[in-house]
Amino acid sequence: MADVNTLLAHVKERFAECIIDATVLLDELTVLVKRERLLDVCRELRDDPFFAFNQLMDVCGIDYLHYGLDDWQTESTTESGFSRGVTSVLLQENPAKPERFAVVYHLLSLTHNHRIRLRVGLSEEKELMVDSVMPIWPAANWYEREAFDLFGILFRGHPDLRRLLTDYGFSGHPFRKDFPLIGKVEARFDAALGRVIYEPVSIAPRTLEPKVIRHDNRQLDAAVDAKEGGSHG
Amino acid sequence: MAEATSMPEIKNYVFNFGPQHPAAHGVLRLILEVDGETIVRADPHVGLLHRATEKLAESKPFNHTIGYMDRLDYVSMMCNEHGYVLAIEKLLGITPPIRAQYIRVMFDEITRILNHLLWLAAHSLDNGGMAVFLYCFREREDLLDCYEAVSGARMHATYYRPGGVYRDLPDSMPTYKPSKWHNKKATAERNEAREGTLLDFIWDFTNRFPARVDEYEDLLTNNRIWKQRTVDIGVISPERAIAMGFTGPMLRGSGVAWDLRKMQPYEVYDRMDFDIPVGKTGDCYDRYLVRVNEMRQSNRIIRQCVEWLRQNPGPVMIDDYKVAPPPREEMKISMEAMIHHFKNMTEGYSVPEGEVYTAIEHPKGEFGVYLVSDGANKPYRMKVRAAGFPHLAGLNELISGYMIADVVSTLSSLDIVFGEIDR
Repeated sequence: MADVNTLLAHVKERFAECIIDATVLLDELTVLVKRERLLDVCRELRDDPFFAFNQLMDVCGIDYLHYGLDDWQTESTTESGFSRGVTSVLLQENPAKPERFAVVYHLLSLTHNHRIRLRVGLSEEKELMVDSVMPIWPAANWYEREAFDLFGILFRGHPDLRRLLTDYGFSGHPFRKDFPLIGKVEARFDAALGRVIYEPVSIAPRTLEPKVIRHDNRQLDAAVDAKEGGSHG
Repeated sequence: MAEATSMPEIKNYVFNFGPQHPAAHGVLRLILEVDGETIVRADPHVGLLHRATEKLAESKPFNHTIGYMDRLDYVSMMCNEHGYVLAIEKLLGITPPIRAQYIRVMFDEITRILNHLLWLAAHSLDNGGMAVFLYCFREREDLLDCYEAVSGARMHATYYRPGGVYRDLPDSMPTYKPSKWHNKKATAERNEAREGTLLDFIWDFTNRFPARVDEYEDLLTNNRIWKQRTVDIGVISPERAIAMGFTGPMLRGSGVAWDLRKMQPYEVYDRMDFDIPVGKTGDCYDRYLVRVNEMRQSNRIIRQCVEWLRQNPGPVMIDDYKVAPPPREEMKISMEAMIHHFKNMTEGYSVPEGEVYTAIEHPKGEFGVYLVSDGANKPYRMKVRAAGFPHLAGLNELISGYMIADVVSTLSSLDIVFGEIDR
């Protein structure tokens, strides 16, 4: 298995002007690619014998709308004491993230037995669209359809960008963080009309366990160790 | 004559296969376009079993999702759990005790046999062989009893936990009781293998099992009808299989010797002695041979684990009470332990910020879990890379140009389960 740091050095050298950043965390290499250069980078990663990433394992979308927000503030308790006042993250807005969405690609090289993760940032203000990697790896077909279905991300050049997982006639993109977990419509059989009808949901959303972010010093140490090259699990 | 030269105009015919079709292996709506008997295009419509598992995971503490993993690929339950707990462990930076790792490997292989048996059963049934179906379920019964003995549940075990496994292997097996159909003597015979510990039972199973695989092979491998239905059907070249993201037996059937247990060993697979069976032509028959051979290899691995586990007692869970709940006895006397238990059950544990992708060699191929944490007690985003997903996506290419009857052979040779494809 090729050393991930060697790979990092090569990626940084080869793609200096195509990428924004490349980092190694927990023995995994993540490369943040400029949106307009994605296809160049991907083609090179597949065709260059040093990289030879001949398999695309996964493509998925991420919505960063609520990243780093929690229901229950634990930082300010020293002055005020704990409160039960839970503000649901669903009601909060995250101002810090300039790019709300990302598409993440996981590649694998069967030749060299190494992996890489590519990430492309996307925002609604600009254009929620990225080039389809189908010409490079046909495996992308359904993964991109899924990301389109669940997040509403468009893939330029995809020949058949239909919804994949949701129902026929579904509206909205359910994996976005502002799409409620309980959904928006419910179906029932209407005896009078003699068919299935859709109505707004009758249940209320609720949070059983609040989302809490805690900073555990032992884990912070472990994370630092991992960054410095120690490997775990 | 003018009439004879102008043929009647024949259009392609489009029809539905499923969603309620016994050979669709669940809820698959397959839209087939045929030219006479030849498949021109196949368009699978999936998502009829979509439960948004990944979205549900975002609203629950990490441990609550383990049970949902069982329900992804509901014929290889513990392997799904394995992929998920490995991701959490990697983010947390913890390693389970060595005994827990052996137990996981052993149950991964038991699960592989379970999965391949069900696959073989369904595959033979789809191609017209009823007997193998019944024989496979006979062996599955014993393995499901192992599941039950260790976790209390026959299918959805929730046995693997971050930091180890839920509990150590039990010292006794559940036994049959006499009934209307089995008198005392017959019951005693059925219980013979169940007198000892779980490990004794598994050991006994591994003694019996290779002969059982021979039985299946006697019925199928050189069977003329079986070969007519599967040889040179659904052929995929190694280059195309790689390009389309195929993994597991679908890739090995085409002759690519790629197995994560060997290439990127996790747990104690690097201590195991086993071979990777590969096919030659990449047709349904080769995939059948690969899977049958994998059952024999799994049997070997299980035996190695049993031998080790018999000699090496020890803890099966880490003693970090931030992650794993403390033992019940300790909670009765220690305030600290009780607080840990309370926090663990109500809030769970926070996982450091970061992202990981862990992959295991699932019976169906590479099962990956991409986990993003923002430092909270719930995953920020979880993506399951289901092994069967790209296989079904490649169905159109696999069956275009074959006959309608080959659709069923090819589809069942993919070993798809909609729990994981639809998620």
